[in-house]
Amino acid sequence: MKMHRSITDPAALEALRRELMAEGQAAGASVSVCCGTGCRASGALEVVEAFKQGLAARELPVKVNTRMTGCHGFCEQGPLVVLEPGNIFYCRVQAADVEEIISRTIVEGQPVERLLYLDSASGRRILREENVPFYRGQERLLLAHNGRIEPASLADYLAVGGYAALAKALTEMTPEQVIAEIKVSGLRGRGGGGFPTALKWEICRRAEGTTKYVVCNADEGDPGCFQDRSLLEGNPHSVLEGMLIGAYAVGAEAGYVYVRHEYPLAIAHLSGAINEAREYGLLGRGILGTGFNFELKISRGGGAFVCGEETALISSIEGITGEPNPRPRPPYPAVQGLWGCPTVINNVKTWATVPPIINKGGQWFAATGTAGSKGTMIFSLTGKVNNTGLVEVPMGITLREIVFNLGGGIRGGKKIKAVQTGGPAGGCIPEALLDLPLDYEQLTEAGSMMGSGGLIVMDETTCMVDLARYFLSFTQDESCGKCTPCREGGAQLLHLLEKITKGQGAEEDLELIAALSAAMQDSSLCALGKLAPNPVLTTLRFFRDEYLAHIVEKRCPAGVCRSLIRYVIDSSACTGCGRCRRACPAGAVQGTKKEPHLIDQEKCTRCGACLEACRFAAVLVN
Amino acid sequence: MGIDLEKVDRIIEKYGNDATLCLELLQEINGTFRYLPREALVRVAEKNRTPLSQLYAMATFYKSFNLTPRGEHEVCVCMGTACHVRGAPRILERAEEILGIRAGETSADGKYTLQTVNCLGACALGPLVTVDGQYHGKLNTARVEKLLRRSPDEDAQEHN
Repeated sequence: MKMHRSITDPAALEALRRELMAEGQAAGASVSVCCGTGCRASGALEVVEAFKQGLAARELPVKVNTRMTGCHGFCEQGPLVVLEPGNIFYCRVQAADVEEIISRTIVEGQPVERLLYLDSASGRRILREENVPFYRGQERLLLAHNGRIEPASLADYLAVGGYAALAKALTEMTPEQVIAEIKVSGLRGRGGGGFPTALKWEICRRAEGTTKYVVCNADEGDPGCFQDRSLLEGNPHSVLEGMLIGAYAVGAEAGYVYVRHEYPLAIAHLSGAINEAREYGLLGRGILGTGFNFELKISRGGGAFVCGEETALISSIEGITGEPNPRPRPPYPAVQGLWGCPTVINNVKTWATVPPIINKGGQWFAATGTAGSKGTMIFSLTGKVNNTGLVEVPMGITLREIVFNLGGGIRGGKKIKAVQTGGPAGGCIPEALLDLPLDYEQLTEAGSMMGSGGLIVMDETTCMVDLARYFLSFTQDESCGKCTPCREGGAQLLHLLEKITKGQGAEEDLELIAALSAAMQDSSLCALGKLAPNPVLTTLRFFRDEYLAHIVEKRCPAGVCRSLIRYVIDSSACTGCGRCRRACPAGAVQGTKKEPHLIDQEKCTRCGACLEACRFAAVLVN
Repeated sequence: MGIDLEKVDRIIEKYGNDATLCLELLQEINGTFRYLPREALVRVAEKNRTPLSQLYAMATFYKSFNLTPRGEHEVCVCMGTACHVRGAPRILERAEEILGIRAGETSADGKYTLQTVNCLGACALGPLVTVDGQYHGKLNTARVEKLLRRSPDEDAQEHN
């Protein structure tokens, strides 16, 4: 790439962009390999290496660029490869397949059938990425460029229109106009709370003080969520650009990105992007020839969920108090944040939404979504659904559409029971409410919340009492222990749930759970404690019969809670293949080859290894 | 147990006495020694004039720190929700059996440390385990067994 100069003004930015775009069009073809964390786990780096070697080894009529892109979202089918021209989509590609892709597709222009996505509904192979049902139902605004650019490459980001919004904001708009545009868009915080972004910025702008800060909350701790990670890994410049615009709007000259310790690749790509932006004058003093100065630093977390809470996050960045505990609010960070200065803290997705709004206008953004929730939302679709991965969809879409149209339904033909939304602070939406339009208000009304966008699909083999116990053990583990309701209330709530899953619960326990939950909601200091009872309360509201089955009948209908189940072998279905016998770590399965086996209940630890190993559905759970 | 204090000094010098970098500083020490040696914390406290109690508060608050040496290899089982509903508890149990240690412990020969994490953020591929930072997704108990087998010799012993 021909980039060797500092970008000193908007005209230079546009000239450089034209140059880069012409260069991109000159390349005859491209191979984009998804190198997000998910595809790397499935072998993407080996695929990249094979393409580089294979392409270098032969003379091709056109120049082919191999790109290591960010997450394409369809992790289930990884490693993913997209070939242009033609938008040809290959899934589950391994290094051994690369030679065939080069000779068949790149040289001869023919698809490799066996690597195309197989649509289970129609039984047909699908050639183009845009026609795969998982992608067809999406509206990709934030994830639009993830699969097209090298994440930390400023050149790639500029070639897809990057930093045009910054130039527009700095040279054509006043800070007040920027805030007004965000207000028109109706953008609300994507980290969970859904607070109107423009209002937060306005409060910070008006707050007294000359030193102000902007902070990006990338402490994505909710289990079951990885959209912030994908954005930071796949398109870090979009987050940077959003923060630059926000800093200009509120009058800040410094900012921090607080990234989770567990996300090393995101940290690497973000640092790369920051360094390159600094090198080209997009960070530093007099950005784009204007009087606007801005510096950005990365602050790495240490593995503490509570630090995703904004006041704890602030003290973690400050680093002075030892233990970063939440503090009571008001004052809100927008008035008194980092080192007591007005500070805007927004989530990764919120920041990344800012540049498209400035480019295309608030009205354009507000045209998508519902009355109170505008634009698109990225959800992590996981659990017992066929197509797991990231989906970006318009607000107001129903859970049923996501799970069945994009997600391709439930694995193994099982029946859906519920969808858990909003992480450990959210709740479980039962099958009966799947037609609920997804927006902030509707989810809150159902007792759950938007949260940062996790959707975990559960089928009939998920025990809702065990799930509530799981979430409580999570929040209990992550509670910082500063306030009593969260520390002690959480422990007692967990104790009650453990009793029930062990078959030792009593009906009165349910009342106690409700009372304890109410106390925690009313009196905990921060959102962690206030929202911790949510998973318990929603499961109790929608799945009371499951609680009662555990308490009264001493039975776990889903077959999960160990104290209440037994594994047995159906002798009519058992072929005596011996897989379960070999899989059993306790030596509890007995039998001779080709004869039906038996499980010794004395020895059985109920680990379920036999169930997992059996290919003939002969292991039953009672 | 003596540690190379020069290494500690170099790290302290790199980050200086900046409160916002204290977490990073401790992380580098933790990475270098595979735990936070007491001598190192004392040195940071002295050089940066930070109360030792505050450093200990940080060391015990954040999950990424260890106060005892970690093993040569780190096995980390994801216990996130998506992994949980797809059988993470079974994976952890199997890993504990194979390595002969409980979550949070290091094997007596110092080879393995077994840890759990509340989410690794690759939820679409659950259940998930990392070994020395490498991700292994779509696991079941049989695949965990394959992944964690120590060496052919030890493996043979186990089967006898």
